[in-house]
Amino acid sequence: MSRNYFSTDIWSDSKISQKVVKDIKIKSKKFYSIYKRLPYIMEVCGTHTVSIARSGIRNLIGDCINLISGPGCPVCVTSQGDIDRVLKFSEHKNVIIATFGDMVKVKGSQGYDLNSLRIKGIDVRIVYSPMDCIDIALNNPDKDLIFIGVGFETTAPSVAATVKFARKNKIKNFLVAPLFKLVPPALKFLLDTKISKIDAFILPGHVSVIIGSNAYEFLWKDYKIVSVISGFEPLDILVSIDMILKHLLEKDKFFDVEYVRAVKEEGNRVAIDIMNEVFKTCDSYWRAVGVIKDSGYKFSQDYLDFDAFERYNIEYVESREPCGCLCGKILLGLKRPIDCPLFGKKCTPTDAVGPCMVSSEGACASWYKYGIRK
Amino acid sequence: MNIVNLSHGSGGKQTDELIKEIFVKNFSNPYLNKLEDSAVIEINNLKIAYTTDSYVVDPIFFSGGDIGRLSVCGTVNDIAVSGARPLYLSCGFIIEEGFEIEKLKKIVSSAKKTALEAGVKIVCGDTKVVEKGKADKIFINTSGIGIFDKELNFSYKNVRKGDIIILSGEIGMHGICILNERNNLGLKGSIKSDVAPLNGLIETIREIEGIRCMKDLTRGGLITALNEISQSCGFGAEIYEDKVPVSKPVISCCDILGIDPMYVANEGKIIVIVEERSADKVLETMRRHKYGKKATVIGKFNDKNYVSVITKLGSRRIAPSLSGDQLPRIC
Repeated sequence: MSRNYFSTDIWSDSKISQKVVKDIKIKSKKFYSIYKRLPYIMEVCGTHTVSIARSGIRNLIGDCINLISGPGCPVCVTSQGDIDRVLKFSEHKNVIIATFGDMVKVKGSQGYDLNSLRIKGIDVRIVYSPMDCIDIALNNPDKDLIFIGVGFETTAPSVAATVKFARKNKIKNFLVAPLFKLVPPALKFLLDTKISKIDAFILPGHVSVIIGSNAYEFLWKDYKIVSVISGFEPLDILVSIDMILKHLLEKDKFFDVEYVRAVKEEGNRVAIDIMNEVFKTCDSYWRAVGVIKDSGYKFSQDYLDFDAFERYNIEYVESREPCGCLCGKILLGLKRPIDCPLFGKKCTPTDAVGPCMVSSEGACASWYKYGIRK
Repeated sequence: MNIVNLSHGSGGKQTDELIKEIFVKNFSNPYLNKLEDSAVIEINNLKIAYTTDSYVVDPIFFSGGDIGRLSVCGTVNDIAVSGARPLYLSCGFIIEEGFEIEKLKKIVSSAKKTALEAGVKIVCGDTKVVEKGKADKIFINTSGIGIFDKELNFSYKNVRKGDIIILSGEIGMHGICILNERNNLGLKGSIKSDVAPLNGLIETIREIEGIRCMKDLTRGGLITALNEISQSCGFGAEIYEDKVPVSKPVISCCDILGIDPMYVANEGKIIVIVEERSADKVLETMRRHKYGKKATVIGKFNDKNYVSVITKLGSRRIAPSLSGDQLPRIC
């Protein structure tokens, strides 16, 4: 494979893109003439949401495709009750809370977030990799370092690896608050409840690199819904949409992989094994949805001593979501960011009401940042 | 707004709010209220550019520079973009108890070298030491004055529809360098800060007829700078994404971290807004200078009232100012 293949430029080449856009328009016209409506295509992953907004794809094909954002931003889908649980760690002395950046600005039901706690003097650190936590833990032996484990199958393996490292090196003050979510159960939930109108899924690229394309077998076997695993460059997404339309029209197959340069059928065995060792699936709370069966990770019996919720005995309590905020409906693809009366007015990235405006991968934040207003 | 938080220092919308609602409201006068990089004042009919800036960058030493070089360049550049010739700087140090003298020597020597390169003199200063833990290593404030030795009247308000936007080189280097080194991200390659005094580059072009204004791209990056000009002149700017030079290492790093290079800080880049007729001349002249080799036309002003980006796919999207803190303490 030539190096050039991975250069960003060809994935946003305007000439190739224009040709694909033309194909998409022809196919969507055909779709319209058969079904008398536009096709509904959900991009499940937050990184796709950002790429679509940043490259202006909606502007190019928005009038012939209903592109809807799904529950693919990890910070956004974390339930209000879990946010409140995380904030409770700050009530304990000798605790350092470490997290990825976006999480510090999600408000709990009492109206404050980790960032406001940090300003008041609580030790909250932003890290870029879970391994950063090991250094912090070693440098602060008299404190517990609690890493807020938010993310999908892409994040969980590196956290699992860090946990194993801590076990091996007998680092006892590194803990994780496990709030990981899994993508396939969420898709299943969307399809079972028929809560939103979806003709096809654009499936996440990086999650699929980990779990493999076989993990989606249920989509075509049980639900017969068209889905394509897509890469993240603008052209990846356009090509995926074109593939989806082809399959919708020709009814030739339900499943396809556009991101062939990275996704294997069996996924990443090393990552899967380490996740299976350290974690086990559990029911998990999703914002706006409630519990989805087997849709999250908690620690397996062997690693339970790393669970910060267990160590500090913090139980889940259901909390109400912010008043007037449409994040829940936006996560399910029922509403668009601009349908929310708070969007761009009471709710902006600097003073966000709901998490979809906080997280850089949230639908509201990317619509706001890239000026999308229709 | 009950308390100050980091986003008030980000150079984006919150900084703007803080400045307007507290500082401008109280200090209000015609010189300050223009809110351009330098204040232009007159003493006995002599037009002078006057500016100040504080430096709190962490780490204090980074690839391509250090806090000493940065503190000279930032102030020199703010004066130079106004069209004035920077002449004299002040330099105030706030040092944390326990700071190593060797490091202080290194910083001061670097500031001296940079001042020599820029052709300015550091003529006064101040030193304060605070208890351990009451400041982080070292903070520097510099102020500077420059003289309008030529009849130049650069202002954002001069910009009109059809004016061309020239960028002096690759963007995002300083911000990504700091991010990489502060957090030990371990990204290897040629990511180093672009911190440089730009008065030499500006000197070569400032008398070319048709230049409306210049702006150095610091916090908030290219897009935030264009929004400031757009709001002041009332015209919109459109940028062609594929024309904006970004180095491969910076693109890769931004991709990994989910950051948009057009919002990342620079310390050695300017944009020049120029009438179309003079664009070629400005561009050619800039390219002959070592800090302008990769200068390029990236877009133009239009009759809309917002900044937009024509994406590589050929689509248009609105590009508002940076909102929130992309990264604190980069300068």
